[in-house]
Amino acid sequence: MISIAQTLRLWFAPERIGEEGETPDYRFSLANERTFLAWIRTSLALVGGGFAVDQFLPDLRWGVRVGLALALLAAGVLCALRAVNHWVRCERAMRRGEDLPVSRFPTLLSVVVAGVAVVMVVVVVFGWAG
Amino acid sequence: MTGAPDRDPGLQPERTRLAWRRTTLSCTVAAVLAAKQALHGGRTPVALVAVALSGLVWLGFLAVAHRRIQSLTRSARPGVLRPREAVAALACVAALALFAVAMLL
Repeated sequence: MISIAQTLRLWFAPERIGEEGETPDYRFSLANERTFLAWIRTSLALVGGGFAVDQFLPDLRWGVRVGLALALLAAGVLCALRAVNHWVRCERAMRRGEDLPVSRFPTLLSVVVAGVAVVMVVVVVFGWAG
Repeated sequence: MTGAPDRDPGLQPERTRLAWRRTTLSCTVAAVLAAKQALHGGRTPVALVAVALSGLVWLGFLAVAHRRIQSLTRSARPGVLRPREAVAALACVAALALFAVAMLL
């Protein structure tokens, strides 16, 4: 396993990726880039959801509203961080000719989003103020 | 980067360009929500600064996307996205989330 420091160095030193292995077909790199952008859009949507919870549910109790918003915002930031990390790791794996990295993150994100959704349903069904 | 005029049969550069455009659109929505949130409590100086900052973040993302779209347009065999650009996109998302947290608390 690679350490966090090494991964961070990889983020900011593009030439280090270029040193390893062979340059893959540019189409694979572009596909990797699009996947990265799709994850960035997901994280932007989560951040937007955080704003929306705060703006469009003003009748909620302060704690519930802020809790839901913070959960969405944290998920958004994590998603963006992970997007960059996954992109770098995929790019490196392609250069080295290794298998692409697998990850638990999509499952985790689904669980968090489902959790937020269930809380919202409960809050809406059992009255706003609580 | 052979400079060959042939176009990619899978239109990969074009699809990637459109992905950048979609992402810019998402960023616009998030930045507008941020500005709306900032103006919620009236047009105080702090609110106007917050609006200006969200605008700045949006412009930053726009600049990154524009440069990348330019380099995707220039050749039929475009180079790889640079980590600096990826981290810049990440920074924009993180900044918007930070604004949200600052306005929440």
